[in-house]
Amino acid sequence: MMTTLIHQSAAELLGLLNAGQATSAELTRAYLARIDAVDGKVRAFLRVDPSAALARAEEIDARRKSDKPLGRLAGLPVAVKDLLCTTGEPTTCASRMLENFRPPYDATVVQRLKAADAVLIGRTNMDEFAMGGSNENSAFFPTRNPWDTTRIPGGSSGGAAACVAARMAPLSVGSDTGGSIRCPAALCGVSGLKPTYGRVSRYGLVAFASSLDQIGPLAGSAEDCALLLEVLAGHDPKDSTSVDRPVPDYSRTVTEPLKNLRIGWVREHFGEGLDAEVEKAVREAIRGYQSQGATVKELSLPHGKYAVATYYIIAPCEASSNLARYDGVHFGHRTDEKAMVAELEAQRKDLHQRGDQKALDDLDNALIRMYRRSRAEGFGPEVKRRIMLGTYALSAGYYDAYYKKALQVRRLIRRDFDEAFKEVDLIVGPVTPSPAYKIGEKIGNPLEMYLYDLYTVSTNLAGIAGMSIPCGLSSTGLPIGLHLQAPPFEEDRLLRGAAMFQQATDWHTRQPEI
Amino acid sequence: MSLTRAEVEKVSLLARLLLTEEELGWMTEQLGAILEYMALLGEVDTTGVEPMAHAVEVSNVFRPDGVQPGLDREAALANAPHRDAECYLVPAVLGEV
Repeated sequence: MMTTLIHQSAAELLGLLNAGQATSAELTRAYLARIDAVDGKVRAFLRVDPSAALARAEEIDARRKSDKPLGRLAGLPVAVKDLLCTTGEPTTCASRMLENFRPPYDATVVQRLKAADAVLIGRTNMDEFAMGGSNENSAFFPTRNPWDTTRIPGGSSGGAAACVAARMAPLSVGSDTGGSIRCPAALCGVSGLKPTYGRVSRYGLVAFASSLDQIGPLAGSAEDCALLLEVLAGHDPKDSTSVDRPVPDYSRTVTEPLKNLRIGWVREHFGEGLDAEVEKAVREAIRGYQSQGATVKELSLPHGKYAVATYYIIAPCEASSNLARYDGVHFGHRTDEKAMVAELEAQRKDLHQRGDQKALDDLDNALIRMYRRSRAEGFGPEVKRRIMLGTYALSAGYYDAYYKKALQVRRLIRRDFDEAFKEVDLIVGPVTPSPAYKIGEKIGNPLEMYLYDLYTVSTNLAGIAGMSIPCGLSSTGLPIGLHLQAPPFEEDRLLRGAAMFQQATDWHTRQPEI
Repeated sequence: MSLTRAEVEKVSLLARLLLTEEELGWMTEQLGAILEYMALLGEVDTTGVEPMAHAVEVSNVFRPDGVQPGLDREAALANAPHRDAECYLVPAVLGEV
């Protein structure tokens, strides 16, 4: 029973539950057993609470038995990225800073999952504060790619993608600021969708870059993503940037193929730096759409080549501002005060003896030193790097040259998309320049890591919708992702375009041997 | 555009970070390389282009000005690293250490 259960889609599992052919407790036990069996190798989860998950499953089963009303996902296990606030439960962002933080409220998305009667099965690992594309920036441990555990799963929602790929959860919630859902979905061979900015409430999502962050689903297929997105999406008065427009019944329409589909591919995406096998798989996918009746058009997004530079100014600027809240006062890590005061006294004494009045005047007071020490101890290297980059770019004299300039180029990037979408319905291309690389391979070269995001960051800058679906395997057996992008609020089109591809291919059904 | 160690040290104060000598070293080098790459934006003509701060350009979203319960004090203080019954506590700000 266990092996058959965990290899089914969320939609199929929901069918079994509703038909009384399986219980949520059976399902939850099967996934917990799977986690027990393989997560030692993958390390997708930061925390799993088996007894709480089972209790919840049993409670939903009891309600189902007595014909009480049930939510949309009743009894289905869902994994949650560890940056969505959940009342009273650790929400760490994979950071030492928030290791002991227990939020006093639920993120809107968590509330919606609870209201939909999902079984929250565990909290997934990520790059610290969602900064990174490899999961190596988790302060606790790196998650490994289930297809090859010497390789990265992608990031920052690495645990979220890896747990679906290794069948440890049928549905998973991640967040995407510059590709953090789509990159790990591509590298782990699962489907993942970044909704239009404003489609899903960000209330209770620990902020990284507020004008770019968006929460979205990861699952085994477009159909399952549709099911989860339907629960996540919708207006929320607690997020002033969430948009008040109706949520379509994605799961009802997802299997309807798009008629007279016009797809575009971007000339600049097939240039230098793209792995030959990725290019081959993506071109093959485009031919697949053609054989399903789509027309194909070559496009240019002329400002695309500036996207990485634009993104790595705007995102760190917003991050440096957002992360200013971690000051060791209200919540989060605080340095040992006695040691800090002793250090400061020793420094003062030393400067006195040396008669260095200038350095004495510049010495931190105790409060400032407390902030600085707490933050130095609580944040890892990548987070520090981005805070420094953002602080520099926003500092006096540099604002126009960096931040303002980047915001202007951002508009030009958006205009490119607006023009392109006059001619095509979906833009199709690669998600990442190569399949998953080895753990440790790029760790010493942050710029190289940033350039790995070149195909995904524009989606966030422009605020449009994007999705990654599996479209091949490399000769070494690693998944390759296909990137689909759609105009704002066209998630329905995106999902149907993805499902169309999945009806004609079986890449999304391939599973790693682990 | 290259960055000096002294500039990085100054930014670390603005960012309320305390960097070790070693961190100052690699931070100076890496931030310099990243900023050099950013110079790419210099070739884009942005004359007259309105900056785009947000993807969804909504403005002035108001809610009714009604009284609603706020966060309970105990819940707000529960995560404080150092507190008393009513307040967050911080090190002395005035005077020597």
